[in-house]
Amino acid sequence: MATVLILAPLVGAIIAGFGWRIIGERAAQWVSTGLLFLSAVLSWIIFLTLDPAGGAEQIRLLRWVESGTLVTDWSIRMDRLTSIMLIVVTTVSSLVHLYSFGYMADDDHFGEGYRYRARFFAYLSFFTFAMLTLVTADNLLQMFFGWEGVGVASYLLIGFYFRKPSANAAAIKAFVVNRVGDFGFALGIFGLFWMVDSIRLDDIFAAAPRLAETELHFLWREWNAANLLAFLLFIGAMGKSAQLFLHTWLPDAMEGPTPVSALIHAATMVTAGVFLVVRMSPLFEYAPEAKMIVAYIGAATAFFAATVGLVQNDIKRVIAYSTCSQLGYMFVAAGVGAYPVAMFHLLTHAFFKAMLFLGAGSVIHAMHHEQDMRAYGGLRRKIPLTFWAMLIGTLAITGVGIPLTTIGFAGFQSKDAIIESAYASGIGFAFWPLVIAAAFTSFYSWRLMFMTFWGAPRGDAHAHEHAHESPPSMLAPLGVLALGAVFAGMLWYGPFFGSHEKVNAFFGIEAHAAAGEGAGSVEAGESGHAAGEGAGSVEAGESGHAAGGIAPRGAIFMGPENDILDAAHEVPKWVKLSPFVAMLIGLFTAWLFYIRRPDLPGRLAGNQRPLYLFLLNKWYFDEIYDALILRPTLRLGRFLWRFGDGRIIDGALNGIAMGIVPLLTRGYARLQSGYLFHYAFAMVIGVAVLIAWLMLSGGAG
Amino acid sequence: MTAADFSILLPEVLLALFSMTVLLLGVYGGQDRLASLVNTLCVAALLLAALLIGMGEGAARSAFGEMFLDDAFARFAKVVLLLAAAAVLLMSRPYMERRGLLRFEYPVLVVLAVVGMMVMVSAGDLMVLYMGLELQSLALYVVASLRRDSLRSTEAGLKYFVLGALSSGLLLFGASLIYGFSGTTLFSGILSAAGEERLPPGLLIGLVLMMSGLAFKVSAVPFHMWTPDVYEGSPSAVTAFFATAPKVAAMALLARLLFEAFGAAGADWSQVLALLSVASMFVGALAAIGQRDIKRLMAYSSIAHMGFALMGLAAGSALGVQAMLVYMAIYVTMNIGTFAFILSMERDGRAVSDISSLHMLSRGAPLKALAMLVLLFSLAGVPPLVGFFGKFYVLKAALEAGLGWLALAGVIASVIGAFYYLRLVYFMYFGQEGEGLDRAMAPAQRALLLGAAAAMLLGVINLFGVDGAAATAALALVE
Repeated sequence: MATVLILAPLVGAIIAGFGWRIIGERAAQWVSTGLLFLSAVLSWIIFLTLDPAGGAEQIRLLRWVESGTLVTDWSIRMDRLTSIMLIVVTTVSSLVHLYSFGYMADDDHFGEGYRYRARFFAYLSFFTFAMLTLVTADNLLQMFFGWEGVGVASYLLIGFYFRKPSANAAAIKAFVVNRVGDFGFALGIFGLFWMVDSIRLDDIFAAAPRLAETELHFLWREWNAANLLAFLLFIGAMGKSAQLFLHTWLPDAMEGPTPVSALIHAATMVTAGVFLVVRMSPLFEYAPEAKMIVAYIGAATAFFAATVGLVQNDIKRVIAYSTCSQLGYMFVAAGVGAYPVAMFHLLTHAFFKAMLFLGAGSVIHAMHHEQDMRAYGGLRRKIPLTFWAMLIGTLAITGVGIPLTTIGFAGFQSKDAIIESAYASGIGFAFWPLVIAAAFTSFYSWRLMFMTFWGAPRGDAHAHEHAHESPPSMLAPLGVLALGAVFAGMLWYGPFFGSHEKVNAFFGIEAHAAAGEGAGSVEAGESGHAAGEGAGSVEAGESGHAAGGIAPRGAIFMGPENDILDAAHEVPKWVKLSPFVAMLIGLFTAWLFYIRRPDLPGRLAGNQRPLYLFLLNKWYFDEIYDALILRPTLRLGRFLWRFGDGRIIDGALNGIAMGIVPLLTRGYARLQSGYLFHYAFAMVIGVAVLIAWLMLSGGAG
Repeated sequence: MTAADFSILLPEVLLALFSMTVLLLGVYGGQDRLASLVNTLCVAALLLAALLIGMGEGAARSAFGEMFLDDAFARFAKVVLLLAAAAVLLMSRPYMERRGLLRFEYPVLVVLAVVGMMVMVSAGDLMVLYMGLELQSLALYVVASLRRDSLRSTEAGLKYFVLGALSSGLLLFGASLIYGFSGTTLFSGILSAAGEERLPPGLLIGLVLMMSGLAFKVSAVPFHMWTPDVYEGSPSAVTAFFATAPKVAAMALLARLLFEAFGAAGADWSQVLALLSVASMFVGALAAIGQRDIKRLMAYSSIAHMGFALMGLAAGSALGVQAMLVYMAIYVTMNIGTFAFILSMERDGRAVSDISSLHMLSRGAPLKALAMLVLLFSLAGVPPLVGFFGKFYVLKAALEAGLGWLALAGVIASVIGAFYYLRLVYFMYFGQEGEGLDRAMAPAQRALLLGAAAAMLLGVINLFGVDGAAATAALALVE
């Protein structure tokens, strides 16, 4: 079943990509979409029937690479983590396939008669296949294959409008920035292979405690092996998940068609980094410093991206920065050790963010590919269904719900869970930026809603007159995702962030330290590992030791001292309320700015011009990179090319080949005179030279 | 002089008797009318002899008190040169016939030369060495000037003869010095006379002189100057023969002399060989660039290739000898293919050898052009063709023997040398429109051309086992 599930998109991609000339464009679209829905159905069956208690199931497909001690199978690792990713990827992907029927129906980016639809679907299916290999990987090489596969697919899809120079530039940028991350990832893999002599996940997990006690020399000093390797892997995750310093490609990636943004740059590929950290949780658990960095970078990204999102005018860019920010949230959760919470947010985020993107796509579709929100306004009545969908998405992302209960939209549970975990971790820098970012999130999300659907129509009147609701193929996915955005949080609160036992059972974790029921305060975490109750403590002790030799069984590993989930439930009330309050502040401000006093934003921007420009230009990251890295590199490249390559290497070669060699050839031709006595003379000279050489070099003793 | 001795010499004796028989047959039978038949008979005899020797297993044997050696090394070399001679006779018949050159003496002389070569590679004594060498040389002098009415052919024969006499003189002078200082002409005797000490000056000078004489036969620089003139002047079929079998024989003889008689003085002759090798590689590569005549070009090409083969020998190890033998086998195969093509180069029925006639060959004869492309790439040593592995073997041997500088020089020379091979390819595929060549090609030539090209491609898999046989041969010599 799992094999069919993974290969179906590949088959779809091949048929659609190479076979559409035979079966026709329409059929190619149907085939790839149909196969994707098949995958989705199978994923849900696996997800619902999975028995996590038995540990990870491994389905070996074939022997892949054998070289020295490196032995790598192509096999599927099926556990809870995989199954979560499977439903996320295949569900969103199949819906996006369906959505693309309408969205890509007619596109004026290509000339008349150019047939691009089958190609688009083939890329989408190929992407899905690569993503599935990534999440089902049983070893790091396989994961890296998927990792690069999604990178390629992302490159192809961002640059799908290949006639647009900006799309090509964005595609290249995405690829190059990701290379930086991939370099770290690859180094991490090499390092792990060097230390563990295997890249199978189980072997690495089993060796993690040993790594924590090993020193590794890298660059200029000795490092703790676990910390260093976890950090290198995290660099890979930063690239793929657009975390701060490597985030610059994500907003530009919005040059791709909107379904692509929804699938790749919101719901699935960009979460691969989070998945990687969670998947490698047995390693990260032994790498406290690396975890700390993860949390810090995540928090900084969440805050940074939210601030930039406040002032963007392109509807897709707003959502892109929102994605970036939400990914930061997930990393904070992973960084403080609350891996289930990170996965929880990943899941809910996939639903509501895909929905926001697809909704935005619907708006763009209605407005004839206008993406500037300043040209929108009052679209509520023109495209009511899209409006409702976007509204649900916004309620979900801003985290609307009833405080102190578990009733609310999807984002309410998952985001609040992250904020509580962050507080429980005791890292102030992880907590406060997230709360502030929550307010910003609310502000920019409502700003988007108000600018798009409320107020007076702005911009091209013609476009507004012809604004029309999207076809059913585009609305149906929105409906399905809306269900997820509303209910996903409530449905899976228990397994991901519920009681200790529920989470353990869901992820198949054997046992890890549980904070005692009675210990109410956060500080109880200190004594947590000792205060486990009943069988729990015995098992906790065992798993703590057993980790020395065998890989932990669960999909997620939480160290014996990791009681973050329990601590998160015990945080003070004001902490639990804080995200809700932040949301209200954001909502109110947005309402004030864009409904009540629409002149206010302009005046504020005028008053605080430097700050406004700072945000509008995304903290000048692109400019700084341009000046610090890009230009010097280009200059160096030009220098090496013109001077090093052109003058020295080419010059030397050309000089020898065209100057010296013909000279020698001509000189030799004169020796070859045709006169017998010249030839004989040469022989005699030769003999004389040889004898002299031997005599003088001491051959005669 | 016992029957046992002659049984070891059996192939040589049989071939010699055979050649005299067909000579009588030719003289009294029907002169040149029988030439075609004689040629066929000779091919068959050579192949038969190759089969006989190739099948003959067994330990090393010697006859006439170690004057004649029959070991794996000799067998390997004999098989290669017999096959090469047979192939050359096979493909030269159509060429000779069309030009009215097919005299019955030609195949007979070739067979006699081959007998001389077989004696050379089996020589275990300076006298036997010289006898084989002269038998070969005398036959070759004659075939070089086979075309008696052509000024160039006779000039080639004369030049070859005079310079050959000079080289024989050097060789004999060296041999007499060696005899004078060691008191014996047997290789094994010389080896024990030289001892483990450094060679006395007399022996050393004798060695250098003998090496010079043999270097003439393999046309190593600076004893190579006859090569282009003789290659150009002789009929192409004769050139093909010069380029193949005698080179194998002389190279094997050189190896035999150095290892069997002067095995203890490896450090000394290795220097000399390295010097000859590097000079040959560079002169071959540089001088070929200026050539317009494909036969002259092939002459320089073979000089460069001999440089590479000498590099393997210079390594002075079993691996080096193996590399040299593999290299020679590959070289011979490539040259047979290339000369099969050169023999077929005609325009309006007249032989041409100017390289400009290759222009746009790919259009007129795509298959021929493709086969030549493979062969030329292989000659240049472009991976993954077999020619690359030949070079790879010798470079590896040199490197392992601590002759890194020599290997480096070899690489540079092969880069320079690649130019003229690639230029031919350029002419064939991207050249200007020219007068072109006739498309006709005799079946034997076509078969050899395509066969050699196919061998260059397919040999990549396991070199047809040649390297294994060469390893056995090398061990037989070096141990």
